[in-house]
Amino acid sequence: MSPRSRRFVERERRELRREVLITPDPDLGLVAMNGPNDPEPGLKVEQGRVVRLDGRSEAEFDAIDHFIARHGLDLEAAAEAMAFDDAELARRLVDVAVPREELVRLARGLTPARLARVVSLLDPVEMMFALKKLRARRAPANQAHVTNLKENPGLLAADAAEAAARGFAEIETTVGVSRYAPLNAMAILVGSQTGRPGVLTQCAIEERRSLQLAIQGITTYAETLSVYGTEPVFVDGDDTPWSKGFLASAYASRGIKVRFTSGGGSEALMGHAGGCSMLYLEARCLSLARAAGSQGVQNGAISCVALVMSVPAGSREILAENLLAAWLDLEVASGNDAIASHSPTRRTAKLMGQFLPGTDFVTSGWSVMPRYDNMFGGGNYDADDIDEWLTIQRDWQVDGGIEPLSEDEAVSVRTRAAQAIQAVFAAFDFPAITDEEVEAATYALDSRDLPDRDRAADVAAADRVLAEGISGLDVARELDRHGFTDVAEAILGMQRQRVSGDYLQTSAIIDSTGAVSAAVNDPNCYSGPGTGYTLDGERWERLQHLPHELDARTLDEATDSQQAVVVEKHVAKVGNERDDVVIALGPAFADGLRMTIGGLAHQDVLEALIQGVRDAGAAPRLVRVRRASDVAFIGHDGAALAGSGVAVGIQSKGTAVIHRADLQPLDNLELFGMAPSLTLDSYRAIGRNAGGYALKQRVGPVPTVMDNFARAKLIVRTTLLHARETAAITPGAPAIELELVARDGTSRTARV
Amino acid sequence: MAFDPIADFPLGSRRRDLVRTPGGLGLDELTLDALRSGRLDASEMRATAETLELQAQVARAAGRAQLAANLERAAELTGVPDEVILEVYTALRPHRSTADELEAWADRLERDFQATLTAAFVREARAVYAKRNLLLADEPTV
Repeated sequence: MSPRSRRFVERERRELRREVLITPDPDLGLVAMNGPNDPEPGLKVEQGRVVRLDGRSEAEFDAIDHFIARHGLDLEAAAEAMAFDDAELARRLVDVAVPREELVRLARGLTPARLARVVSLLDPVEMMFALKKLRARRAPANQAHVTNLKENPGLLAADAAEAAARGFAEIETTVGVSRYAPLNAMAILVGSQTGRPGVLTQCAIEERRSLQLAIQGITTYAETLSVYGTEPVFVDGDDTPWSKGFLASAYASRGIKVRFTSGGGSEALMGHAGGCSMLYLEARCLSLARAAGSQGVQNGAISCVALVMSVPAGSREILAENLLAAWLDLEVASGNDAIASHSPTRRTAKLMGQFLPGTDFVTSGWSVMPRYDNMFGGGNYDADDIDEWLTIQRDWQVDGGIEPLSEDEAVSVRTRAAQAIQAVFAAFDFPAITDEEVEAATYALDSRDLPDRDRAADVAAADRVLAEGISGLDVARELDRHGFTDVAEAILGMQRQRVSGDYLQTSAIIDSTGAVSAAVNDPNCYSGPGTGYTLDGERWERLQHLPHELDARTLDEATDSQQAVVVEKHVAKVGNERDDVVIALGPAFADGLRMTIGGLAHQDVLEALIQGVRDAGAAPRLVRVRRASDVAFIGHDGAALAGSGVAVGIQSKGTAVIHRADLQPLDNLELFGMAPSLTLDSYRAIGRNAGGYALKQRVGPVPTVMDNFARAKLIVRTTLLHARETAAITPGAPAIELELVARDGTSRTARV
Repeated sequence: MAFDPIADFPLGSRRRDLVRTPGGLGLDELTLDALRSGRLDASEMRATAETLELQAQVARAAGRAQLAANLERAAELTGVPDEVILEVYTALRPHRSTADELEAWADRLERDFQATLTAAFVREARAVYAKRNLLLADEPTV
């Protein structure tokens, strides 16, 4: 057997390589877009009736075709859209002069095959631009997932409260055991309204149960209405376009916001892709969702994301799905919820397609708790990633819908939410939530930190919620009775929203004052730079200041009151002795600054250097270079003064060089750029080598350690320290000879 | 004042005069005080057919004909009891109903609840289900 490349072997061990990448197999639907079996776009209308749609005659229509033909096409717009070829439509999508409303009008007349074909002409950056332009609501937002393996109501409430306080506009929970649903839904209702009034909540469960909770006012939205691009899969999902359409109306009739769910790859996964590409089938789903009158969709592969990303152009196909939904004037909750990859690099690369343009909900579920407790199948981003997300928002000046929260704020809101649900449980005579649970829910990492509950008793309580019809209003009443008036008011506010029904309109979210922001009253009117949503003003202030951010001014240490390390003697002279080795210090060394970036006291560093020079048998002399802060010039100036022609130059941050007078300033004998990893032994060795060069001994280079992350870690401190050094420069001033002050405070000459 | 489906959204802030609970309470009456004194009932906390029809007008004026149609069906369904809603939903699922059963549901929606749009929707389903073998009799035997 031929030997293996160790680099290939190493790469094979990376997490990324746990994932399978495949060559496309169009017959199984395993092709991202432009599948060889996708039908030719086509629309034929006779006497106001669609008689041919994307390669099928009316007699050949499946249920999805029938539904789209009857409800999904604006035939006037179709006539208008026919006048443009695919390339012209694609061009208009990215033409900043063509407004969203015109594009949306044209989309109403486009068949699924045509929609898919047009967006497939765009490259990823064009898709992102078009998505930015076509998003329905002006400002992007985000949705949270809140679950835990123990289904602990205190922890659910605390996590929902933190999610709400972090700015999530919607919170979704689900269940491990379906009978728990009423309690989980109640816990996140109470928690969310404790964290921030106005947050919409839902519980993902079977449709009938979901509708029941909504009717009782315990949830306010639903996005479990899954649709599929082929009839056999639709039927396997136990629905038809009409049953889903009816359900959408049923939810709306109870004042519940609804969005459909679809996503590329689901048909292939369920074995009936009909040989079509993922994007074409998704275009059918989206046409159907709009035809049924859904205000929006959750799409972009969703739980099939890893399957879509196994084929070439998978990420691009997913972005194309989101773009299509926005083009069809639908609210878009753009996925990024299920784990897309083992590789954080790949996950985030995929995310940028939605994150940078901004969607109505950048993720359709951001796991507020650690992945261990995520019952939606993982969580692409979770509690551990919160600082990363906030930092990326800050890096790009992009609003991803999550706000910074201090530990104190988080602890406070979590405690109160856990206490609120504790009070509700007590009021309804449900199994008690103990003070110990409240405490644990506040400070827990995950549900393993929570005591076990009597699950049988909890499930019985959950059954009572349904049997007794305990409503959102009842919850508000009990909260009010037990001192949680503000939370009661917030829950009552959500009940009022159901009465006015404003949040049934496209892309609606609700702010903490109860004001509804939807595509109707707060539309995206992007028409070029400086228009539409820009992250600036108060919101930008809020998102850029992270709790762990430091004030640059506080990074400098104060040194005024410290004892002197060196005293200045006189202008330095050129030495005559051939063993004279200069130790040349930067302008602020042992003066305005007292410590290296590696945390070594300047006094200790000087003593080590002096000792090192002496070890080699040479004579050290201390000099301060005042005209330059660059280590090369400090060292070279020192060398020019040294009788031996050799000097050690050192900056305040600890960067050192061994220089010789006959070299060019930017050349050197040895350079020690890795200041953070230098020890006192290193400095002593540097002094020894300098002495060795002076005395023309054989010298081996000082061993140094490489830390490739030192720069990323310390570049800010380096910059600040160097700024101090540079500020200490006296232009044109000659070097000054120094004396080291002994530890007992008496000065002594460097030359013995 | 006439309803302006563009300027009057959101109804909850701009046209509170037009919004009522099924029992006739205005938004300003849905307060904690009312809750404390027992004047509020859970059945009151939902949109009326009239409100949903106004929302349908808002959607239509914004160019969203299908959303408007959905809200018009929803307006009809406000008068349909929860249990009947769930039964109709189940009847519309694949292989649950015969053509006659779907027709009976359409009749009942029309007759008992004046839900003519929804009835037409159910009849449309019946016709397509017959063509696509989605009726009860069509269930392939296992």
